[in-house]
Amino acid sequence: MAVFARPRQALAVAGVLGLALSVTACGTGDDKSSDKADSAECAAYEKYQGNDGKKVTIYSSIRDIEADRLDESWKQFEDCTGIDIDHEGSGEFEAQLGVRVDGGNAPDLAFIPQPGLLKRFVDAGKLKPVSADTKAMAEQNYSADWLKYSTVNGQFYGAPLGSNVKSFVWYSPKTFKEKGWTVPTTWDELIALSDKVAASGTKPWCAGIESGDATGWPATDWIEDVMLRTAGPEVYDQWTTHGIPFNDPKVAEALDKAGTILKNEKYVNGGFGGVKSIATTSFQEAGTPITTGKCALHRQASFYANQWPPGTKVAEDGDVFAFYFPAIDPAKGKPVLGGGEFVAAFADRPEVQAVQTYLASGEYANSRAKIGDWVSANNKLDPANVPNPVDKLSVQILQDQKTVFRFDGSDLMPAAVGAGTFWKGMVEWVNGKDTATVLQGIESSWPK
Amino acid sequence: MTTTTPTLPAGAQATGKTSTAAGRVRKRLNSRTATLASIVIAVLWTIPTFGLLVSSFRPENQIKTTGWWTFFGDPQFTLENYQEVLFGRSSSSGQLASYFINSLAITIPSVLFPLAFASLAAYALAWINFRGRDWVYIAIFALQIVPLQMALVPLLKFFSTGVSLGGVPLMPAWDLVDEQKFAQVWFAHTCFALPFAVFLLHNFISQLPKDLMEAARVDGATHPKIFRTIVLPLITPAIAAFGIFQFLWVWNDLLVALIFAGGGNETAPLTVRLAEMAGSRGNEWQRLTAGAFVSIVVPLVVFLSLQRYFVRGLLAGSVKG
Repeated sequence: MAVFARPRQALAVAGVLGLALSVTACGTGDDKSSDKADSAECAAYEKYQGNDGKKVTIYSSIRDIEADRLDESWKQFEDCTGIDIDHEGSGEFEAQLGVRVDGGNAPDLAFIPQPGLLKRFVDAGKLKPVSADTKAMAEQNYSADWLKYSTVNGQFYGAPLGSNVKSFVWYSPKTFKEKGWTVPTTWDELIALSDKVAASGTKPWCAGIESGDATGWPATDWIEDVMLRTAGPEVYDQWTTHGIPFNDPKVAEALDKAGTILKNEKYVNGGFGGVKSIATTSFQEAGTPITTGKCALHRQASFYANQWPPGTKVAEDGDVFAFYFPAIDPAKGKPVLGGGEFVAAFADRPEVQAVQTYLASGEYANSRAKIGDWVSANNKLDPANVPNPVDKLSVQILQDQKTVFRFDGSDLMPAAVGAGTFWKGMVEWVNGKDTATVLQGIESSWPK
Repeated sequence: MTTTTPTLPAGAQATGKTSTAAGRVRKRLNSRTATLASIVIAVLWTIPTFGLLVSSFRPENQIKTTGWWTFFGDPQFTLENYQEVLFGRSSSSGQLASYFINSLAITIPSVLFPLAFASLAAYALAWINFRGRDWVYIAIFALQIVPLQMALVPLLKFFSTGVSLGGVPLMPAWDLVDEQKFAQVWFAHTCFALPFAVFLLHNFISQLPKDLMEAARVDGATHPKIFRTIVLPLITPAIAAFGIFQFLWVWNDLLVALIFAGGGNETAPLTVRLAEMAGSRGNEWQRLTAGAFVSIVVPLVVFLSLQRYFVRGLLAGSVKG
């Protein structure tokens, strides 16, 4: 056994690392004071006073620059009320939240983007119903379409916060102007435009559904959007709650309708190849060919505004912009598919409820919107406070009286379907499997 | 990172043994073709990492639109990515530089604690006679089978609510905040590492010659004395080998850190930050190339400086003699 070889080397490495450790500077505790509580700018926060020095923890999936913006948005609230809001964002939010709650380590508030997940925590008895103040504030500021998603068994568990509009088709205003194309306002015009673009030698649509372990979700949005148009909101609700089976003829009709675009070799996939390239193109890059003129149309949510290559101007007269994905039958109103997160509470301490109420208020919505890249269905939100043109359009759509809003269906369905077989089924469907087989497969996976 | 052991000196030892099957294999592995093959494998193996390295020096829009190999036709060099991931703007989360310290603060104690406990336990199990010794060893050995994922929630509960038996509190909740949460991570990593550490070190310690121990005992040495002056120096390679295993495992760990350290910038290690680096919707993924390289620097240094022990440690359980 030649075991004597140079133990010093091991010690040296350990020593160096140890030194590095000793450099560790401990964070400095910052003591907030609410001296400013009586000043004029704090007048709006009067009703949240009385919780000086308390701390509220928030857990969400919002991170990086968007998390900075969140911190900035409630800065004044913190200064005036003395409540310290500690926000933590994680990419593993959905899985981690469950672990933390089970481990007795739940955050005070969580921004939950899936009503299905919210319901699971309610059923497990973990969530606290909101206070009367929060409820009144939410009812004042949000439409009933929204509130029903966080209402479980008649109890209301959290006001919506941010939202996004998914019923958008991205295009290039510049190219449209050059070629003399016009923005379609009906489904027939959309198809006519697609044919026109296809005749000019460019494939009109581009799409991509690759997204790591969530591959397939952009296609589910497609189907939901079309379903909302072909079958109407009532049938859509039945579909998401399994009132009708997943392989109902109405679902098949929607899928086939989407297929007239997504599975049409003449229409897709501009800039990438044939129909099957949809499955392998990442959703982040799927719209890029629009900037190079290799594709004309790309259906994706408002948040796609952040995905364009640096230097792309997102505006009505810029390089790219979005128009509303037209309704098939305008008489049925203006169906809008979207998503958003709900502020749910795992604690009912007064400071937690104060923050919860504040986040549902119009003051907060405007404060956050001014910082940029944010949309809310809060009807106190003044579109003039929304700097980004696409966000402004989203706010206008959300606040439009004719709008029939429905939440992203895959977030409402049980996770096994909405974040599982539905995604996978869509990949198979794009790859050439027929509609009936795909729908049958998803139906049989619905938890009994 | 590529260990090409077969290329080491073709041996005089080998020539005499060509008649045996093992000898023939050995000879063939030392031939020129084998060397060539191992070099080809090493190169193939390194290409993705190399591509990542090249990418990390390319400008953002280049990374996002073309493959890394286009760098050679159209070299555009920038340190922007490193600048951004190390010292970038995000104020709520900071960038990698501060998480680097967190990673060290988590990793070093998480290596030292299990080493200290395990070497003591292994010595006791190997050289102190007490009743039920074998059963204790078997139980520890068996604990290796338990996947750590099973213990996450109970352990988290243990920290957050304490222990009580039939309503009688035996241990209060830890109630740790901010930097104190490091203790939770150390505790968790130590727990998860102990069974394997005890097993590995026990194998090593029990192989030490019995005469040595008896001679020391006759000279009047106590167990602490034997452990310190005889056993510890002898098992240094095993300690180093386990140290590297544990270091790499803890450094690269995301799951345990995420659950016990949380994602706050006071305690989260590099891996947690790296996982969030691409932004809420993955639109900043050009940062990942540089981020990945920053995070592998330390394991690379540790591995390269201690790799001789690593290979020896891999053989620790198998070849004895």
